[in-house]
Amino acid sequence: MTVPLQPPRRLLEITVDGEAVRVPEGSTILDACTATGTGVPTLCYGDTLTPKNACRVCVVEVEGSRTLVPACSRKAEAGMVVGTSTERAEHSRKVVLELLASSVDLSTTPRAAEWIEEYGARPERFGPDAATVEQPVKVDNDLYVRDYNKCILCYKCVDACGDQWQNSFAIAVAGRGFDATISTEHDAPLTDSACVYCGNCVEVCPTGALSFKSEFDMRTAGTWNEAEQTRTTTICSYCGVGCNLTLHVQENRIVKVTSPHDNPVTHGNLCIKGRFGFQHVQNVASDG
Amino acid sequence: MDLRFRDVEPTPEERAAIDAVLGPPPSAWEGGARTEADLRFASGGHAARERRDQLLPALHAVNDRIGWISEGALDHICRRLTVPPAEAYGVATFYSLFSVKPRPKRVLHVCTDLACQARGADAVRRSVEEQYGPPGVSWTPSPCLGLCERAPAALALEAGETPKAAVYGDLPHDEPVDLTERDEPAAEAAVPQAGDPSLVLLRRIGRADPASLDDYRANGGYAALRRAFDLGPAGVIREVLESGLVGRGGAAFPTGRKWEATARQPDHPHYLVCNADESEPGTFKDRVIMEGDPYALVEAMTVAAYAVGCPKGFIYLRGEYPRALRRLELAIATARSRGFLGDDILGHGFSFDIEIRRGAGAYICGEETAIFNSIEGHRGEPRTKPPFPVEKGLFGKPTVVNNVETLVNVLPILTMGAPAYAAVGTPSSTGTKLFCLSGSVHRPGIYELPFGATLRDLLELAGGATGGGLRAVLLGGAAGAFVRADELDVPLTFEGTRAAGATLGSGVVLVLDDTVDMARILLRIAEFFRDESCGQCVPCRVGTVRQEEALHRISRRPPGADSADDLTLLRDVGRAMRDASICGLGQTAWNAVESAIDRLGVFSPSEAK
Ligand SMILES: Cc1cc2nc3c(=O)[nH]c(=O)nc-3n(C[C@H](O)[C@H](O)[C@H](O)COP(=O)(O)O)c2cc1C
Ligand code: SF4
Ligand code: SF4
Ligand code: SF4
Ligand code: FES
Ligand code: FES
Repeated sequence: MTVPLQPPRRLLEITVDGEAVRVPEGSTILDACTATGTGVPTLCYGDTLTPKNACRVCVVEVEGSRTLVPACSRKAEAGMVVGTSTERAEHSRKVVLELLASSVDLSTTPRAAEWIEEYGARPERFGPDAATVEQPVKVDNDLYVRDYNKCILCYKCVDACGDQWQNSFAIAVAGRGFDATISTEHDAPLTDSACVYCGNCVEVCPTGALSFKSEFDMRTAGTWNEAEQTRTTTICSYCGVGCNLTLHVQENRIVKVTSPHDNPVTHGNLCIKGRFGFQHVQNVASDG
Repeated sequence: MDLRFRDVEPTPEERAAIDAVLGPPPSAWEGGARTEADLRFASGGHAARERRDQLLPALHAVNDRIGWISEGALDHICRRLTVPPAEAYGVATFYSLFSVKPRPKRVLHVCTDLACQARGADAVRRSVEEQYGPPGVSWTPSPCLGLCERAPAALALEAGETPKAAVYGDLPHDEPVDLTERDEPAAEAAVPQAGDPSLVLLRRIGRADPASLDDYRANGGYAALRRAFDLGPAGVIREVLESGLVGRGGAAFPTGRKWEATARQPDHPHYLVCNADESEPGTFKDRVIMEGDPYALVEAMTVAAYAVGCPKGFIYLRGEYPRALRRLELAIATARSRGFLGDDILGHGFSFDIEIRRGAGAYICGEETAIFNSIEGHRGEPRTKPPFPVEKGLFGKPTVVNNVETLVNVLPILTMGAPAYAAVGTPSSTGTKLFCLSGSVHRPGIYELPFGATLRDLLELAGGATGGGLRAVLLGGAAGAFVRADELDVPLTFEGTRAAGATLGSGVVLVLDDTVDMARILLRIAEFFRDESCGQCVPCRVGTVRQEEALHRISRRPPGADSADDLTLLRDVGRAMRDASICGLGQTAWNAVESAIDRLGVFSPSEAK
């Protein structure tokens, strides 16, 4: 296989926290931060999606800009002077974490607890009556569960289901403001919607609001144990495309399937067969 | 894209309403009757999808005819336009004038916003509730209806084959509201200065019949377009640059620079969008222009389009302005039939036409990039800038967005000439400005004054404050700032208000006397932003809720009680909203509350309300 060579990209120089860094033209501030090893938290950013810059947890200060800017989407410009940990940037990040943690269940959002601690966020300061997005969990099919108590409205699932990847358009944002939710038309069950159960929305969900039914059931039963799980990347055996599957295995059973985002063909996307069609592997009679 | 429908049929009435907007369906693939050919050839697809911008007009058609949008109606629209039902549902639920649940044909929208609040909206709300029961069915509380000079006000919208609208102003406080139909006062009733020869922008209001193109021309109409044709597009832009005109929609951006940058873009077509979404609480100037002098807007848009090279212009008109809609529709049709719009305007080889798009109840759709999404048939959420509209705006093309008042300023610039225009006002704020006076003031209405007049001059012109004395003035609307009674010498210019830590915004001057409950006003401001946040970004979506909750807690405490924690919380959240929100809504949602705390001393321990 030959890969066409990209024309070389011009390098431009910007300053991140006082340190000069050269990045290819078209890079974002986040890319530059990654290059200097500067950690900036992100939630709505997805490595396989166009940035929506909705969560604002990644904001940084750019000299000359009236407001803070989202590192995940703002392109680096020659001469830009970026501060990632100025008082102003840290204040907004802290408040964004407080606003999220006080309204949404972040218990399965990786690193949320760590960031809350790091920034000294105190979500409880809004009091016991602070409005939340609390609602019943949606379990309407056997493959995956939608728990919008955990949804930060990052739009990633919508973009993955829509024109960026799957082109099924089964879900969209409905309502407005604090009442906005991810929804099918008329909030119909998934089984009545255009969903094809590719699970590509589950793949990109940063909070665990979307999860495999198998994971959901094990978490409910208290048997989910990530530390015990192994991950094995293999090739899907159903068809000739050859998608990569990463099998998450606990106690010798597949508990969920993800797909590597750096695969140049599929970028982490699968179809229903690769994503959910693993039950036959373990349909072994219990008596052995 | 493979659309899936839930097999719910539209009623014949719904189908008729939709097909009246979209034309008869060409095949079964787009919701028509099935023919044999349909079984062999697929159609729709790209051609139908290209009409996505008809989604909002189609939703309006159903809502106007039936009063609400059913599953069957939504599905039929989706078939016709090849729009995924989930997306169309997301769009329909974005707008407060639409309902996806059954409701009566007639709904009364009772304004509970700032200017009405200052004039007894709470009492009106109580009597409406007594008459019609709890809100949500036959009546609903509404943000500012742009009828503030007639506060407290209400608007009734009635669905039907010919949808009806009726406005009610100066509602009595403690008696049942009388909803018999009555004639609406003429547009000039909102202009206390009407007929004054020194008026520039308002000079035709009350003098020329807003329906008559001949009257418009007899009163100086279309002189500016003729001058524009003499100057050529570059000459017009030069005049506008030299006039020093800056935008009147709130952001105060130099209009000439916007036009020049758009005209230069190699990508075509260029579009012109007139921002007539006027929804900032306390603003009603654009309505008065559109109702009282609609041809002026048509002519001004033609001049702008000529300068920037736009074959097509849109007026994005807020959904709650039925009379402005009628008058503009008539003006556009008349201008078109007389050669002032359409192909080869006045024989100068320039072609341009205007289409009106109605909003459907969403303040955020006044944000310039949210307008694009709304017109294109998406949720009215602001886009990320850059790219700016001058590069990628409506349908991804270079676009000029201007406010109604900004555009009509172009007429005197061309007829007077830039130097004479720029000689009015101050060096940094040239020309005249429309101010929307409302609240506790003797003669509310739209006033036109040269930039440089002080707030005191303006209040005197309006007969001063009612009640026992002036408490505060809100400048610039909910996104603006309060000034105190001892700050009336602030010059009403962009630079003057900025220096005083306030803003002119959209020209709102909301007067509050000492009978007005400031805590209620602040709660209403907070409620407004919570209601109107599009929900896209966290600081605004959740921050506006937390701001409202904190204000509720503070106002429930006895006066003088310690609210230090909640005030700190307000400041912390306010700062993050200002710094980290995507658009101007979130960025300004804390301005007015902050200024009330800091300048007026509301909630300070010594202040017993
Ligand atoms: C939340 C929000 C609402 C706005 N609403 C309006 C509006 O109703 N009318 C308007 O002219 N501008 C409104 N604007 C300002 C527009 O974004 C834009 O700046 C303006 O239309 C540009 O026109 P101008 O240069 O002629 O003022 C709004 C801005 C924001 C952030
Ligand atoms: S599983 Fe696939 S089709 Fe279904 S909602 Fe998720 S992304 Fe869309
Ligand atoms: S369900 Fe997950 S991916 Fe979708 S918006 Fe919510 S948090 Fe984001
Ligand atoms: S600031 Fe508010 S209105 Fe603007 S994009 Fe964010 S959520 Fe939407
Ligand atoms: S990660 Fe950048 S805005 Fe969400
Ligand atoms: S109409 Fe009520 S506040 Fe404007």
